[in-house]
Formats: sequence, C-alpha cells, structure tokens
Amino acid sequence: MLEIKNLHVKLEEEDKQILKGVNLTVEAGKVHAIMGPNGSGKSTLSYVLSGREGYEVTEGSATLEGEELLEMEPEERAAAGLFLAFQYPVEIPGVGNMTFLRTAVNAQRKARGEEEMSAAEFLKVVREKAKALKIDADMLKRPVNMGFSGGEKKRNEILQMAMLEPKMCILDETDSGLDVDAMKLVSEGVNALRDEGRAFLVITHYQRLLDHITPDVVHIMAGGRIVKTGGPELALEVERNGYADIMSEAV
Amino acid sequence: MAALDAEVREGVDRETVETVQAMAGKYKHGWETDIEMEFAPKGLNEDIVRLISEKNGEPEWMLAWRLEAYQRWVKMEEPRWAMLNYPEIDYQDQFYYAKPKSMAEKPKSLDEVDPKLLATYEKLGIPLKEQMILAGVEGAENAPAEGRKVAVDAVFDSVSLGTTFKDELAKAGVIFCSISEAIREHPELVKKYLGSVVPQSDNFFATLNSAVFSDGSFVYIPEGVRCPMELSTYFRINAENTGQFERTLIIADKGAYVSYLEGCTAPQRDTNQLHAAVVEIVALDDAEVKYSTVQNWYPGDENGKGGIYNFVTKRADCRGDRSKVMWTQVETGSAITWKYPSCILRGDDSQGEFYSIAIANNMQQADTGTKMIHLGKNTRSRIVSKGISAGKAQNTYRGLVTMHPKAKNSRNYTQCDSLLIGDQCGAHTVPYIEVKNNSSRVEHEATTSKVDEDQLFYCRSRGMDEEEAVALVVNGFCKEVLQALPMEFAMEAQSLVAISLEGSVG
Repeated sequence: MLEIKNLHVKLEEEDKQILKGVNLTVEAGKVHAIMGPNGSGKSTLSYVLSGREGYEVTEGSATLEGEELLEMEPEERAAAGLFLAFQYPVEIPGVGNMTFLRTAVNAQRKARGEEEMSAAEFLKVVREKAKALKIDADMLKRPVNMGFSGGEKKRNEILQMAMLEPKMCILDETDSGLDVDAMKLVSEGVNALRDEGRAFLVITHYQRLLDHITPDVVHIMAGGRIVKTGGPELALEVERNGYADIMSEAV
Repeated sequence: MAALDAEVREGVDRETVETVQAMAGKYKHGWETDIEMEFAPKGLNEDIVRLISEKNGEPEWMLAWRLEAYQRWVKMEEPRWAMLNYPEIDYQDQFYYAKPKSMAEKPKSLDEVDPKLLATYEKLGIPLKEQMILAGVEGAENAPAEGRKVAVDAVFDSVSLGTTFKDELAKAGVIFCSISEAIREHPELVKKYLGSVVPQSDNFFATLNSAVFSDGSFVYIPEGVRCPMELSTYFRINAENTGQFERTLIIADKGAYVSYLEGCTAPQRDTNQLHAAVVEIVALDDAEVKYSTVQNWYPGDENGKGGIYNFVTKRADCRGDRSKVMWTQVETGSAITWKYPSCILRGDDSQGEFYSIAIANNMQQADTGTKMIHLGKNTRSRIVSKGISAGKAQNTYRGLVTMHPKAKNSRNYTQCDSLLIGDQCGAHTVPYIEVKNNSSRVEHEATTSKVDEDQLFYCRSRGMDEEEAVALVVNGFCKEVLQALPMEFAMEAQSLVAISLEGSVG
C-alpha cells in the first residue's frame, strides 16, 4: 500500500534536516504504529506524505499503490486515497461542517471520474456515520471545527475519514487532548473502518491509544529514522522503560 | 421551513463551488449585443439635457429641474477625498444618451421588444417572461416550493425596455415602471419625492445624474401593502463610450413592505465607462424596504485596462416612525467603486442596516461604506462590512455614524472585517463617528486577516483544489452578508465571489 524508501527531508526555510532516511512499508489491511519522543520527525513524516508546504525532499521516495506521492498536489494525494487526521484540526469560520464534507467528498469523486453523491444520499450517509461517532445534527451544521472541544475536533476528523473512505489513513497524534471516553469513541470509529483493503499509520506518543487500536507492527522513530521495529509488545516495552533504552541500543 | 432553508443553503455552497469550476474563469458577461443605436451627440451641454428630456417626453417642470441641476453641476468640482487613483475623466468625451433604434417607438409590451434585446437578457439569465423564478441560477429549483416571483425592469443603456408582472402588481396597487414612465403617468408622486432624499445639489455625481439621468426604475407601494413579489432592475451597459445614469426612486408608504434587487453587467472593453446612478428610498411610518445589489460591472483586465467607473449615490430616508431600511450589497465589479448607501434615521424607532461584501482583485479600487445618520429617538443601525482584497487591489471601508442631539437612546453596531489574499493588495478602514448626546451608544469592531495557509491546506488535504479551497474559505468569511441576501441572489453572489477571486492564488 504505502512504501517509503530512504526518505530525507529538510525544512525549506532553514537548513535543518528532519528526516534522515526513513524506510517503511505498510501493507494493505495492516495497522502500523509509529512511536517516538518529541522532535523525532513523526509529524513531519505525516505532513510530507500529505503534501504540506514548507518541506523539501532531498532524497528518497514515497509511493501509494505504486504511484509516486511526492510529486502530487495535496488534493491529488487525497483523491488517490491518502488521508491525514490532523493533530490540530483547522477551524474554518462561516463554512458549515456539512458543506465542507460534501464539497470534499464530491471533489474527490470528480477527480476520480466518479459520479457525485446526490444531496439526499449524502445526507443519509453522513447522518448514519455521524451517529456512530456521537456527532449530533448541531455539530454537523456548525462551522468546521469552530468552538469544538478537543474531543469533538478529533471525532470530526474520524467522521471525515469515514465519509471519504481513504485507502491509507494516517492518524497524527489523534489521542492528544482526549479523555478516556473520547479516546474510546475515536478508537471505535477507527476500528470500524479497518478492513482488508485499507491500511493505517498511527502516530502516537503513548501506548494507551494502542490498547484500543491494536497495531500489527510498531516502529520506533528517533532522530529522523526508524530505529526499531517489532510487534505490539514493543509499545509495551516503551511504556515500561521509556525511549532511552531503545535509542541507546540503536546507536 | 427553517431547517429546509438551512439545508438548501448548505447545498448552495457546493453548487457555487461547482458552478465556479464549470466556468472557464474570466468575466462572463463581457460580450456585447450588436444592435443599431441612436446616440445623442457626444459631450454635455444644455442642449443635451434638453434632448434627453425631450426623448423621454417629459413635462416642462422636469426639464426645468434638470437644467437647474446642470447649472449647478458646471460650477462643481469632482470630489477627490476617496482613496481612489484614476486619470481625469473627460466629461465631454462621453455619450450621455444611447438608445436602441428599435426602441424609437416605445413598445406597448415586452412582446413587441426587439428580439435581439430580449436575447441579450436571456443570455444574461434575466427572465423577461413572467417565470416563477430567476432563470440561469443553478440550484434555484431547490428553492422553497411555494415559488418565488420576481418582477423585472430591464434597462439597456439609456432606456427601460419594459417591466414584467405589471398587471399582477397593479392589482395589489403597486406601481413598478420605468422612471420616465412615472414622470409622465404619476407626476404628483415624482414631484413630491424626487430629490427629496438626494437633493440635486448633493454631490458632484448626484448633480450630474440629476441633469442627465435617462431612465431607471420607479416603485410605489401603497399604504399597508406587502408587495406580492420581489422587484428587480437589471442594468446593462452595452454601447461604447456611453455613460449610464440611471435614477431609481422607491417609495414605501405607511406599513408597506418591498424587497428590491438590482443587478448590473457590462461588456468587456479597453476604455473606461462612466456610471453615475442615484437611488432614493423613502420609507414612511412602519414601512420596510430591503434593497439588495449584486454589482458585477466589468472590472477591467488584470493590468487595469478598461472597466467601469462606478460613482453612485444611494440613500434611504427612514422618514416615518418605526420604518426600516436594509441595504445589502455585493460589489465585485467596476475598476473604481465610489459608493456609500446610507440611511437617514429620521423617524423615531427607525432602523437602518448595511451589509456589504466588497471584493477587489487585480487593479480594482473600491472606496465604499455607509452613512448612518441618527436623527430620531431610539433609532438603531447595524453595519457589517466584509472587504476582500487580492492582486494589487486597494479596498477601503469608509463609514460615518452620527448621533444627533435629539437621537436619544440610539444604538449603532459596526463590524468591519478585511481579508487579504497575497502580499500586494491593501485594506483600509476609515470610520467616522460623531456622538452628540450622552444616551446613545456606538460600537465599532474591526479585524484584518490574511487567507490562512493552514485553512487552505486543510481543504486541499481533503481533496479540494486550490481555487475551490479559496472560494470556500472566502464564502465562509462573507457568510453573514450572504445570508442577508434573498435566496436567488445569494446563490449568484456566492459564485461571483469565487469567480472574482480567480487567479488570485498560486
């Protein structure tokens, strides 16, 4: 599904190398987790994959189902099936949540040459999916993320994911700022989307999210590289001993 | 009903984005109608004023009024206080009267109007047949099921082609006709109200208009009547080097209500064209008037060549107690915009509202705002202005709020938001506030922001392309004003907002 080879990335504004040769392959149907201390390059990886400006790829490649991602515009990546659940979802004043969703869904469909969703069908689907995430009618009408609590914002990201039905989902610290109940709701939302044709890359600081979303593979990232890869037990090890052991081991 | 409305509106946003995608950019009303015209000689003098009056078959008193205005005008100087930069206008190098030859004999009804002219309006999407809803507006079929009728007065260069729904309006006692017809048929009303809100001597452009106005619309809503449909005037400048000087007079008698829409377009030309209109509204006791404009004159090209110079005086007199006037404007066109729709809140408890979206892209310059003159007790006014600047455009909000000594317990709330796209444009806010009593309150809030890169990236990461993303974010910024527009206009305005900003990013 997603294949990252020897990816080197630096900041455009300053001469600072953030990613120093990331190699990662995520197969369809699998959930991979990336853990790591602050400043290890986890969020940069998610931004570079989704096409945010401000980064320069100096070496390496990233492909989605064989297609080179790094040359595509952000909207082309989205249409190709990539989705990033933001760590800090953006507020857009005056734009109804529902309008935003519908515009996004149909923009992607159009880009793929598919028929657009009718207003009636869209309403039906969005209400159904919102219900599962305990998103009420009011939240669907309010402007995108405006005045949403931390938990509401993250649930809204998962709703977007459910509506857009991407192939490759990247969750960037989706657990940050969530209380236990919200974490449960979000995790259930993610688990409901797990299937053979879809892959997940879950970026997190903490093991606790992985109690709810069980990963197939866990990677530890440090200093712009993946320094260790293992099964779910690796996350527990980090939880017990912190990153220091693993990092010294890797060096 | 409210829920349905909300859902329709939700749909509208999306329709807009699609409409914009479908249009290949550029000004879409830039074509011209090839038709034989009759012009008055170029330039302006007393004879031209007499000629216009004669062409309109006016009585002596009207000619005298025009000549008085002309005599004033020659002694006046063009105002230069606005933040606008344009070359000297040669008032002798203009045509002041242009009329399609086929209109020499005034047609009795729209059925007799030259098909070429009717086709012009059809192409613009303006229904001159008595249809239920505005044609050419995508998604209009989703409008509430009870149907909405809109009566139209079509003004082509200097003349009105005719108005629709005359009979049905007449049954309700509503007079909706061209101003030239009103001068002939309803002289008592015209004499009483013309110039009573915007006097002949008001300002350079209004005085010019008083001398040479050729046509425009006239509306009278009798006491206690709620106008059974929306009224609209559609202005089209077609002829080259021709100024359009229309005059609109709306009178809402006691307890009357009317919603009035105004639309404007012009062909794409290299030369600048002058438009100097006057709109006067009189609202008597308990009357309510809503006046909405979508101004889409040709804005000139990206290098600032061509475009309309738009110098307009619009003013409402809330003469009666508890009367209410609401101005809503979406200004997307014109090379130069000089326009301050205002309210004189004379009656006690009267209310004035002003909602504005002004978009300036490329080399456009807009200096626009409002005046709220509080004279009566307990008067209220509300101003919401959204200015959007892109390219190398300059956009100024200029507003005046005055509370006179007798305007006790009056309130004003003003909100001015400016949005900048790119780093070569400018936004300016010039509010004047005068409070001469101590029981009134004036509030002013202003913000200036740039289109947020994070917002655009967020939209794009969900699959929208850059222009779609800008259109969505900007429409969100304008939401409060778009919501104040009647449904059909709101849709047109949303797509205009997006079209006007094409090419402003990237």
